Amino acid sequence: MYRLGVDVGGTNTDAVVMHGRQVLAGVKAATTEDVTSGVLEALEQVLAKAGVERGRIANVMIGTTHFTNAVIERKHISQVAAIRLGLPATACLPPMVDWPDALRQATGDLAYLVRGGYEFDGRPIAPLDEAEIDRIADDLAAKKVKAAAISSVFSPINQEMEQTARARLQRKLPDLPVVLSSDIGRIGLLERESAAIMNASLLALSARTVDAFAKALRTTGLDCPFYITQNDGTLMDAEMVKRFPVLTFASGPTNSMRGAAFLTGIRNGIVVDIGGTTTDVGALQHGFPRQAATVVDIGGVRTNFRMPDVFSIGLGGGSLVRRDRDGAVTVGPQSVGYRIASEALVFGGETLTATDVAVRLGQAGIGEPARVAGIEDGLAREARATITRMLETAVERSRISPEPVPVIAVGGGSILMPDRLGTLEVLRPDHFAVANAVGAAIAQISGEVDRIYSLENGLTRESCLKEAETEATERAIGAGADAATIEVIEREDVPLAYLPGNATRIHVKVVGDMGGVDAHQA
Amino acid sequence: MLTRPDRLWTLGEEDIEALEIGAAILGTGGGGSPYIGKLRARQALREGNKLRILPLEDLPDDAKVVALGGIGAPLISHERIKEGREGLRCVRALEERLGFKADAIACEEIGGQNAMEPLITASLAGLPVVDGDGMGRAFPEMQMTTYSIYGHRSTPSVMCDPHGNVVIFDHAISETWHERMARACVVAQGGASTLASAPMSGAFVRRFSIPNSYTKAIALGRAVREARRRHEDPIAAVCEKENGRVVHTGKIVDLKRHLRGGFVTGEALIEGFDAHQGSRGSVLIQNENLVFKRDGTVEVVVPDLIIILDIDSGNAITTEMLRYGQRVAVLAVPCHPLLATPEALEVVGPKGFGFHDIVYRPMAGAQHEEAPVS
Repeated sequence: MYRLGVDVGGTNTDAVVMHGRQVLAGVKAATTEDVTSGVLEALEQVLAKAGVERGRIANVMIGTTHFTNAVIERKHISQVAAIRLGLPATACLPPMVDWPDALRQATGDLAYLVRGGYEFDGRPIAPLDEAEIDRIADDLAAKKVKAAAISSVFSPINQEMEQTARARLQRKLPDLPVVLSSDIGRIGLLERESAAIMNASLLALSARTVDAFAKALRTTGLDCPFYITQNDGTLMDAEMVKRFPVLTFASGPTNSMRGAAFLTGIRNGIVVDIGGTTTDVGALQHGFPRQAATVVDIGGVRTNFRMPDVFSIGLGGGSLVRRDRDGAVTVGPQSVGYRIASEALVFGGETLTATDVAVRLGQAGIGEPARVAGIEDGLAREARATITRMLETAVERSRISPEPVPVIAVGGGSILMPDRLGTLEVLRPDHFAVANAVGAAIAQISGEVDRIYSLENGLTRESCLKEAETEATERAIGAGADAATIEVIEREDVPLAYLPGNATRIHVKVVGDMGGVDAHQA
Repeated sequence: MLTRPDRLWTLGEEDIEALEIGAAILGTGGGGSPYIGKLRARQALREGNKLRILPLEDLPDDAKVVALGGIGAPLISHERIKEGREGLRCVRALEERLGFKADAIACEEIGGQNAMEPLITASLAGLPVVDGDGMGRAFPEMQMTTYSIYGHRSTPSVMCDPHGNVVIFDHAISETWHERMARACVVAQGGASTLASAPMSGAFVRRFSIPNSYTKAIALGRAVREARRRHEDPIAAVCEKENGRVVHTGKIVDLKRHLRGGFVTGEALIEGFDAHQGSRGSVLIQNENLVFKRDGTVEVVVPDLIIILDIDSGNAITTEMLRYGQRVAVLAVPCHPLLATPEALEVVGPKGFGFHDIVYRPMAGAQHEEAPVS
């Protein structure tokens, strides 16, 4: 059987057909306003190119930045009731207090604080005020609010109060979709609560988008299940995406890095994705992107999603090459961008770009090489040295160990990459231009636990890690992973200062191949 | 009571933003992130309260000054955010217990989260905050303030939580006993409370607080923001403002962290690059950055400030956020002379943190003024 991977980016919709570890065909189409027609176009092209019967496609995996863009552009966002369980604590900072005004208005700026929540050790701050939940339900009915997000203090260590509040709310409003913060985020109340509210505000859009994907597949004659990739490069089924659209926020860079890992078989290395204007550099650990430790800003809101730690520099195939007043050669950050096909010298334009330099020095044979023969040799060599230095610095920044690791170049601009970078070997896989769609096609299923444990009464660091691992594995299998392929990819324990009983935060994540699909791991 | 109300400095939102950056840098790796405190201070402003700073020299001799701050685990206050009026309840309970009225609020610790709490409480009480603090940086324990070191007995004190519980520590036989009892109580209250200490006289505060802490922290934050805006080096801006110097630049190649008695201890090894190519730095950590060694030789020691900044952004990196592979600059800033006297070094010098084989020597090139005699 075959798999089909699609990446719906801001500019291009890429698609690949894969069989086992083999990429049969890859195509690029333009992304369209309605999403559906761009996906249709890419699907038709790639199926034709691969020459595969539609009935032989077992699964379709889609990566999309659609929901991220909705938040950034504040479009298609619906009204949400933000309900926080934590009084008397937290009264001084209401929900959405650190949001940009425009986004807060877009979600209706509707917040309720209720008695409840937990202390760090699991004691309730206060019993849940269920009568208040009933009053909120009446208010939401009167205001015709279509979604709610419930966040309890310390819900990552105990979900029960959020669940009780949801059940109580749905007694009066059985059709109200309710998002629980503990299903989405980690410790850090404002960040987790904000993610839950954003998620609730995207529920209507995610339902429409998932239906649009389903329609595109049906129209193409693909009668198979489809999945959407999430931030960490693992899969969610269509029903999960309808419930948790925020979990797709960082899937773009993740898919490109995962695709690079797959195409080369390398599990620890540096991925350099060179586009037309920018280059994204990130580290692969055990075949997955290394995650950022700091907070990530989405549309002006702090969140604590796990996102790949990607470092961007202003260098791409379209970067302008110039000699400044001091005589030094500069490359970027200005770029001709998507106009490269008409403005670069090799394509008959008037602007000297990084691509022209690469062609002049024989690193690539695209466009009309005769048009760049006139570039002065010294200038070309200096520009190449500048480009190499920029790439070296960016790669050096992302290295995670002193051991020599390979560098993987992907993206349309990867002709700029020399064959070696300092002491590091550079690999350029086949299908490098559609690495992101490959990343979607190979995505796996994950399970995760992130919780504070008290290491006393016989509990040790090892026993707690083991318990977390068992629970994460059960979650992965519950989500559809093949038990035989499960492996731990993150195991982290951070001791917490100023608490007795050796409180330790433990985070474990496991992944496995999707059950019923031919294994792709080496 | 205050003779020169016209000399008060009223802070705006931009000052609070700058204070967040400056306080994080002065946290020397500890003290927790001031982000939540900044949001609370901003809320206080937006609700019409005034955040006012009183210059140290304008504090009358007989003014009654109450120092306060948060106590507990910094991480907890990012999840169980405060109710908001804990500090005010502390001040009111203390006033009632001792029969006085506070004239001003003082800061215990300008580094990290505790830079914000005095401002927020003072704004609710309608009082100013004295432009000074008890550490000039962050330290892990309450007895490590210049107030305690130079003879102030911090009990009776009051500790409050979000629930409304009020605990009075009537008498502790030593500052260390006070710290120990408060630490036990804060756990019962949920791990993050607010504590106000017995009032100090204006004369004492003028003489023994680290002077101009708010002015300096806000100016430091502004300098960093300004450098970023101009695409200049924020690290150079920090050095210039704080009379510090970059002692090391490099990449973290090893990180050891352990828990010992509720405190995080560890060591970060930093392989040098650029001007420090070929040398290996190491920073010893106990919640804060305490000792900097180069190739095994001690170069900078607590109470001098050892600050680890992200080399590109100039952002302060707290000890719990240190990670393998980070590219960092290590800055050393001379501590205030009040922290470098023999009696201060007993408490906040290397010995106070269990480094019995390390002797404090002032940073090379630091210009220490003559320390006052207690």
